[in-house]
Amino acid sequence: MQMVMSGLARRCGVTGLVIDRSAERLIKFHAVTAVLFLALGGTLALLIALTRWQVVHLLPAKQFYAFLSAHGMVMLIFWILFFEMAGLVFGSTVLLSARMVVPGLGWVAYAMMLGGAVIATGLMVTDRATVMFTSYPPLKAPPLYYASVLVFAVGAILGVVHFFINVVAARMRGDVGSLPLFTFALAGAGIIALWSLISGAVALLPAFLWSAGVIDSIDPGVYRLLYWGLGHGAQQVNLAAMVAVWYGLASLMTGGRPLNEGLSRFAIVLYIFFINMGAMHHLLVDPGLTTWLRNINTSYFMYLAVLGSLIHGFSIPASVELGMRTQGYRKGLFGWLRRAPWGEPGFAALAVSLFLFGVMGGISGVIIGGPQVNMIVHNTLLSPAHFHMTVVAGTTMAFMGLAYYLVPLIFQRQLVLRRWATYQPYIYGAGMVVWGLGTGLAGHWGVPRRHWDISFDRVSTLPTQIFQTTVVDVFMALLGIGAVIAVIGGAMFVTIIVSTVALGQRTATPNLGRVIADAFSSAPAVAGASGEEKEAPVPAHGAFEAPGALVLSLAFLTLFVLLYGFSWFELSTVPWRVR
Amino acid sequence: MAGRFSPLAKPQGTWWSPLGRDERLWVAIAAIWGLGRFLMIAFILPAIGNEQNEIQSYRIDPAEFHRLATEFTEAHQIGEMDGVPVVAPPPGSDIYLEGQQFAWRPVVQLKRGEQYRFLISSRDVQHGFSLVMSRHSLNFQVLPGFVTAIHLTPEQVGEFAVVCNEFCGAGHHVMTGRIIVTD
Ligand code: HEM
Ligand SMILES: [Cu+2]
Ligand SMILES: [Cu+2]
Repeated sequence: MQMVMSGLARRCGVTGLVIDRSAERLIKFHAVTAVLFLALGGTLALLIALTRWQVVHLLPAKQFYAFLSAHGMVMLIFWILFFEMAGLVFGSTVLLSARMVVPGLGWVAYAMMLGGAVIATGLMVTDRATVMFTSYPPLKAPPLYYASVLVFAVGAILGVVHFFINVVAARMRGDVGSLPLFTFALAGAGIIALWSLISGAVALLPAFLWSAGVIDSIDPGVYRLLYWGLGHGAQQVNLAAMVAVWYGLASLMTGGRPLNEGLSRFAIVLYIFFINMGAMHHLLVDPGLTTWLRNINTSYFMYLAVLGSLIHGFSIPASVELGMRTQGYRKGLFGWLRRAPWGEPGFAALAVSLFLFGVMGGISGVIIGGPQVNMIVHNTLLSPAHFHMTVVAGTTMAFMGLAYYLVPLIFQRQLVLRRWATYQPYIYGAGMVVWGLGTGLAGHWGVPRRHWDISFDRVSTLPTQIFQTTVVDVFMALLGIGAVIAVIGGAMFVTIIVSTVALGQRTATPNLGRVIADAFSSAPAVAGASGEEKEAPVPAHGAFEAPGALVLSLAFLTLFVLLYGFSWFELSTVPWRVR
Repeated sequence: MAGRFSPLAKPQGTWWSPLGRDERLWVAIAAIWGLGRFLMIAFILPAIGNEQNEIQSYRIDPAEFHRLATEFTEAHQIGEMDGVPVVAPPPGSDIYLEGQQFAWRPVVQLKRGEQYRFLISSRDVQHGFSLVMSRHSLNFQVLPGFVTAIHLTPEQVGEFAVVCNEFCGAGHHVMTGRIIVTD
């Protein structure tokens, strides 16, 4: 309150939250930077996809590998992390109506991240660091490349530390008791992020020294282990952040509240404890690990993290069902689903993200993460197909959905092109489905990832026509067509956000469409608010509170079991015995 | 009973409550399915499958591996294919396969139904050993300084392409090799 009057903060006209002005500015910078990186990464995506579509084969080899390196880095690391930093500042200040404690630290972190990201991107797109985002030694990039990534990583570590300082300070001031679930999930993401960023820095520091000529070799096996401590951990950061956004959107769009708060929080804790142990699933067909370690690491520990995801995967649709039923949509098993706000961009993004993440990304991940099945998947196109379903159709889609609300609120501008925003998630999602099916099936047929020319027409010794078949052509065409559709969807998002920020009408109370205003209120839910189709408030399906979500989840699990079994069958048809 | 709170707001009062019927059912089913997958990977498939991931490995100096691979090639060479030596080692023997920018050497000729131990390593950077069939591939990571050791038994006669599926430099897409299986 004092802050509001002194002009250091404002009270949001829509949510009633108190917003620290310096936090607001930091969120703006992170968000805009993130969206610019997304735009660059999307442009590169189109170019590399049109190259892999063998009929078009757009770029020359050198440029393809350079742009592929840049696309991976710009998207997976820069777009995602800048957006997550915006989310961390938001979750640790705005949502708590708390002050940003050490603004200087936030800005130093941002500046380091920006500097590192710009230099690394520059080196990659100009073919001076064509080592892919993984930079596996002994493939070597110039020292400046490793230095810039290290600076970025240290900046990101500082950003996460800043988040925790804000949260702890707010607690000590008594501004907050229990954290909102959204912030709690981000805190989980933050803990995993610290571990993974430190692991990445420990991998990259020797690589820097080696590239600079200070030490003369580094162990490629140890590098891979440490690198995937970063690489895999970072994916769980994305996962936890996405789950936070899912819960947030469910609440904002439908008034949904988690069915069981304790269970949802427990599932976040499962991520923290068990996910890093699954990091070795990137090394399943590497030398250096024992069979026992592979089996235990991937099967036993990882499944506790998967359990966490299964809990959220049920809990979120259940919270939507609960929210809709509370509003009065109680007809039948799925009345709530039919009447859900499908035309609201945030709900569309939530639905597309949750569905594609679960059905395509999650199931494929568990399947290919087994040590045996991984032998027919490792480094084929099935691997990028899997992670585009998680980190693109899942995380990126969810972040886009959140941005449609966060950007108007933080920038205090009317969302421009709202109509576009209602179609955007469906277009982006459809593109990703087509892309994912084409890419995934090509990978199942053995088509390698990170590969410029699967026709092998330019090979002088031992050429092969193994991939010059109609089926593979069809899959690669799906890859190309899907990419074009998805890039259109991505470009729509970038256009909407950039024009909102630049041209949107200024207002203290931006129109957010059909959101549930009490999503930000600390009071417990009250049943029986407004809505149509009011029927007797007695639960119609025995004692289950969310029978529809339960049925959906069981259907999902059935598909999971079938596909899992199918993958073992496929493995058994390989005409080689392996031991 | 505790209230339910929006995930976007600071919960006030107690948010902890025991699991309801929906959650109990789902968590139980999900946990059972997790256990099932664990049993499948750790015990069931290792007992019944023909395709096992039992990769063994050891460290080796790349120069030493190159020497062994050259010795092996000279000892068993039966001809050439596109200028690449073709070897036909006796069934059951060790096969040295070396990846380098940008080729897999030598071409290996195997007998169907016989088991061979493949010892694969790299002379320079990381490569991806990818043995491609008409609808599948078998893939193993290859690092300089390490030997990736696997036992392979071909069950089908024919010529199988080997490609590289780890980015290894400007000529990554021309890196090929060959395994020939005869009766
Ligand atoms: C319009 C959306 C997108 C399209 C069409 C697209 C397309 C592609 C294509 C064609 C590849 C190359 C696969 C290969 O040859 O190995 C690729 C790689 C990759 N993409 Fe995307 N992508 C999109 C968005 C994203 C986003 C949003 C992210 C991250 C958040 C992302 C992360 C990656 C990564 C990490 C790689 C692997 C790079 C490597 O192998 O080093 N992509 N993408
Ligand atoms: Cu190679
Ligand atoms: Cu290669």
